[in-house]
Amino acid sequence: MSSPRNWRGMPQRYRLEAAKCKKCGKVLFPPRLVCPECHGREFEPTHIGNTGKVETFTVIRVAPSGFTDQAPYAVAIVNVGDGVRILCQVADVEPEELAIGMPVKLEFRKVQSDGESGVISYGYKAVPVF
Amino acid sequence: MGRGQIDRVGIVGYGAYIPRNRIKVEEIAKVWGADAPSYKKGLMLQEKSVPGPDQDTITMAVEAARYALKRAGVGGQKVGAVYVGSESHPYAVKPSGTTVAEAIGAVPDCHCADFEFACKAGSEGMFVAMGLVKSGEIEYGLGIGADTSQGAPGDALEYSASAGAAAFLFGDKQEQIIAECHFTHSYMTDTPDFWRREYQFYPRHASRFTGEPAYFKHSLGCSQALMKKAGMKPKDFAHVVFHQPNGKFPMNVGLMQGFTREQIVTGWLSPTLGNTYSGASPIGLTAILDVAKPGEWIMMVSYGSGAGSDGFVWKVTERINAVRDLAPRTRAQLDSNRKKYLDYGTYAKFRGKIKKLAH
Ligand SMILES: [Zn+2]
Repeated sequence: MSSPRNWRGMPQRYRLEAAKCKKCGKVLFPPRLVCPECHGREFEPTHIGNTGKVETFTVIRVAPSGFTDQAPYAVAIVNVGDGVRILCQVADVEPEELAIGMPVKLEFRKVQSDGESGVISYGYKAVPVF
Repeated sequence: MGRGQIDRVGIVGYGAYIPRNRIKVEEIAKVWGADAPSYKKGLMLQEKSVPGPDQDTITMAVEAARYALKRAGVGGQKVGAVYVGSESHPYAVKPSGTTVAEAIGAVPDCHCADFEFACKAGSEGMFVAMGLVKSGEIEYGLGIGADTSQGAPGDALEYSASAGAAAFLFGDKQEQIIAECHFTHSYMTDTPDFWRREYQFYPRHASRFTGEPAYFKHSLGCSQALMKKAGMKPKDFAHVVFHQPNGKFPMNVGLMQGFTREQIVTGWLSPTLGNTYSGASPIGLTAILDVAKPGEWIMMVSYGSGAGSDGFVWKVTERINAVRDLAPRTRAQLDSNRKKYLDYGTYAKFRGKIKKLAH
């Protein structure tokens, strides 16, 4: 991930910042300029929750470049409430432990590092809660 | 920007983070043909924590800091200083603290610095953050000790070098303080017992020299001066915690001063945690706060090679009972049923000990 792109995503990837539509209450993560539900343009800042449930998942065994060392790894769609679903990696889990409905929390992890000398990208990953 | 007369400062929130991976002493000894029982009995080490491949000093510091803020009930934007002490900052140039401050929402009106002093860096961050609160410069300050330290393969340090973080939020609002700081003392000399030069991957140490003139001299010197300053004796404390390079040293440095095993064990985590370097005595303090009763006195004395110790005398308040269960307890993380034992090959891969082709 390039340094500027990494930097622009920080409010979401570091702090889970979202926007709540003032008209219809829809929570947008990441924030957008126009609400897809009611076309409202006014928002108030909010955060998505840092806990949720796995809605569906897959295990990546043939990983794209930059992620080959991590394979096999799990990717899931996590429902964090307020109608928000996020796509993220699941860490600290064995593939056979994964299950739909599994409760998870979001933890701060390294997502990618640009080789041995480039910038390290940080963000959230889901971690099982037992 | 003074904020007027400060009554007393102390810890208003604390948090610890311990990764789930472990490796047993036997597993390391097997690979190097070493004698596991001599490490287990001689150094009182059974196993150690290992960071996952997606964890480093910054990620663990963030999690510990979030727990500290949660226990304190304080938002990140009120934190006026973020200090991360570590000897394994992920970057040689670029602070860890900025990422931590960004992640907890303390930016941009915040003072930030990374500390380094071998294993004493965490207590230094605590010392300075608390001092700024006491001076009235800031409302809240965060001091963090975190490390994912490495020992060279086969070296004695490989059996102990582990991973973990502890964060403490300091404040001066009496109703928020869970542990008041009553006395501090720092004790240091120039002692080359352990070092790592620029561009070197693993640290070097002067073997037996690290014990007597280094660890014991400074830990004892600091403890004795601190108790003298406080007018207190070992029996006055409910708990004491020292730096924990292995299991043996912190137990012995306590016993030789007249502390009992009961006073030492609550914060004595190294037998199953290993040496978390800058995190060691700070994580021990979190384990004590998890169970301490209001009115109890705690002494904490860190140690960092090079060499020096920072000492603190804390008094626990009633507020502890209201906050301790707002975040995961330290022993619960240490003894978690989610612990995962690694074989040496996986451990070597996770820790980047295997040379690969450059991409
Ligand atoms: Zn809307």
